[in-house]
Amino acid sequence: MSEVALARLQFATTTTFHFFFVPLTLGLVILVAIMETLYVVRGDEKYKRMAKFWGTLFLINFAIGVATGLVQEFQFGMNWSEYSRFMGDIFGVPLAIEALLAFFMESTFIGVWAFSWDKLPKKLHAALIWLVALGSNLSAFWILVANSFMQRPTGYVLRNGRAELESFVAIATNPNVFYQFTHVFFAGLSTGAFVVMGISAWHLLRRREVAEFAASMKIGVIAALVGSIMVATVGHFQAQYIIHEQPMKFAAMEGVWEDTPDPAPWSLFAIIDENRQENPVNIEIPYLGSLLSYNKLSGSITGMKTIQREYEAKYGPGNYIPPVKWTYWSFRVMVLVGGLMILLALWGLALWGRFETSRAFLVSSIWMIASPFIANSTGWWVAEIGRQPWIVQGLLKTSEAVTPASVVPAGTVLLSLIGFNLLYLVLGLIDLGLMIKYAQRPMREPEEAGDEALAY
Amino acid sequence: MDLHVVWFVLITVLFAGFFFLEGFDYGVGMWLPFLGKSDAERRAIINAIGPVWDGNEVWMITAGGAMFAAFPHWYATLFSGFYLALFLMLLALILRGVAFEYRSLHEDSGWRTRWDWAIFFGSAVPAFLWGVAVANLIRGVPIDAHMQYTGTFWTLLNPYGLLGGLAAVAVFLVHGGHFLALKIEGELAARPRRAAHAAWWPAVVALVLFVLGLFGYRGYLDKGALALLVALVAAVAFVAVRFLGDRAAFWSGGFAIVLATVTVFVALFPNVMPSTLNPDWSLTIYNASASNYTLGVMTVVALVFTPLVLLYQGWTYWVFRSRVRVGEGGY
Repeated sequence: MSEVALARLQFATTTTFHFFFVPLTLGLVILVAIMETLYVVRGDEKYKRMAKFWGTLFLINFAIGVATGLVQEFQFGMNWSEYSRFMGDIFGVPLAIEALLAFFMESTFIGVWAFSWDKLPKKLHAALIWLVALGSNLSAFWILVANSFMQRPTGYVLRNGRAELESFVAIATNPNVFYQFTHVFFAGLSTGAFVVMGISAWHLLRRREVAEFAASMKIGVIAALVGSIMVATVGHFQAQYIIHEQPMKFAAMEGVWEDTPDPAPWSLFAIIDENRQENPVNIEIPYLGSLLSYNKLSGSITGMKTIQREYEAKYGPGNYIPPVKWTYWSFRVMVLVGGLMILLALWGLALWGRFETSRAFLVSSIWMIASPFIANSTGWWVAEIGRQPWIVQGLLKTSEAVTPASVVPAGTVLLSLIGFNLLYLVLGLIDLGLMIKYAQRPMREPEEAGDEALAY
Repeated sequence: MDLHVVWFVLITVLFAGFFFLEGFDYGVGMWLPFLGKSDAERRAIINAIGPVWDGNEVWMITAGGAMFAAFPHWYATLFSGFYLALFLMLLALILRGVAFEYRSLHEDSGWRTRWDWAIFFGSAVPAFLWGVAVANLIRGVPIDAHMQYTGTFWTLLNPYGLLGGLAAVAVFLVHGGHFLALKIEGELAARPRRAAHAAWWPAVVALVLFVLGLFGYRGYLDKGALALLVALVAAVAFVAVRFLGDRAAFWSGGFAIVLATVTVFVALFPNVMPSTLNPDWSLTIYNASASNYTLGVMTVVALVFTPLVLLYQGWTYWVFRSRVRVGEGGY
């Protein structure tokens, strides 16, 4: 494999792994903060037990999210030094702001929160977890400001052989950020919600601590409803935005090679032949493509071949079509799983207050813990794989962004690729084991054991 | 005011904060398996840094982010050039971060011993490698006309680089020992005190050699009287550590670390990565920097948020100002 391919594989694997934990951090912290706030407001010890129980799971997850985030901060310089030189003037800004404004806040206050249940006044302690929630979500915002530039460059000027920042306000208010951050925020909320629902269901199925876990389930169902419906709604408008900003990505998401007829159908299942640039099998639903793309029953979708010709005229010869199978199927899996999540949340609403009565709902909730993680990963793949061959849409190709092989040869990248993945595999398994262990523990244990669990 | 200089100063501040704060975290981590005789004692040692290590580590991340934003070529050349060193450091730091959180989640002595060693290596490896990296910045590394590093991993492991690594490890052992002596209650506090004293001699020797190298490689004597004064005060502060009580020794050592960081950056100025191949190919605060507009935006951000961070991080140390008792919960 070439150095570019290895560097891409390393970035893809380490980022996917990191993003496995991040959305849970983003969402679960909000639910824990709500529980602790209920404790402060209502004075009911039940909510304190809940905040501690879910807080422990939050901390286990947080640790690995932060640890794997370290790699993200440095691997642009390590593997993508040409990208760093070309983009540093712009990309470094949100990254540094993220560290200074958000990451400091979340890392500092999480340490205090975990260690100060008995040290600080109740209200102050609850305020700390809200600061962690604010910090982690602000952190996501600034990272997505950086990523949004890669999807839709704005506020820059090409000068001195690189992209230079011309307007900070423009990059911070990139319309793409609005869609992307909102999408990720609600995806995070859904992830926290489905984890809380699934684990609560496991306990309710065994009739354990029904008061605590039914209350957790209620909070989970509300968050799941808000999260999953909003993530789909925002996603719908985001896709329509992509039609204009990244038409090639959109065509790949839909597996559309030639311009579709008007009205456009929507492909439900396609066998894609990327070499011959056609879909030998394609099961389509009439009108739905137009409806989803333009909110009306007419309008055609421009095909990848057409856009390829436009891009060749604009950017010179080259292949501008992303890996279509990955983009098409990632998108479909995300949408399918997202749909199932909405259904489960609605089912929970219908069973409001008597969750224990439906064994089928509880069992489904347990299985559906996996759903947000699948949707998060596939969604991220659509965003990143669908942008290829560009690392910065229209400005810089991924193949031009990599560190020169004279500095970091392919063998060295292979070594770090294997090293990171082995470590991540081991830590991932340990993390999973600990999550399962602590998810199955009761909330009401001798007070001492409870404290021990929370503060490591 | 020249924004390039402002950012050079700000990055110096970030590294000084990082070496001061993570310096004692690394020191505590390295002492852990040797000073804690029982699980309860080892937990007390970890609890001494438990609530704060995560916030301290952000100083390094912020320094990295600031380098990226203010001096993109420095960020690109340094981290691609020192690739394998950084790779090893990241593996160590990942392991360390997870180890703090996971060690007490399972009642098993083998499990905990393994994580304790993960904390040891997770602290020793970054401490050593930061020393190696800084020494190589001072010594200079092969950089070609296109700002690309042309050496290998082994280029970094020259005698001066290794000396820098040992100096960092020894200094952080002293610093961490004094921090523990301050933070732990009862008789356990005597052990890190003795340990810090034992590490003081090798630290002094390594530092003297390191500073001599710095003078030689970077012509420090030509940097002016103020620069010499900073280096001198750093030396005096570190020598004094041996003769002071715990609290004064900790602050004196920390002061020495901050001034030593300043000395290193003064020695480099206005270079950020001197080239051994041709002085004209060195990365400087001018040819490696971001645009003036970006530097301006970042200056505003830094001036607003850095004091805020200092304020709330200071508050966390105040919340946990009491000493840690053996047998308490926590990590």
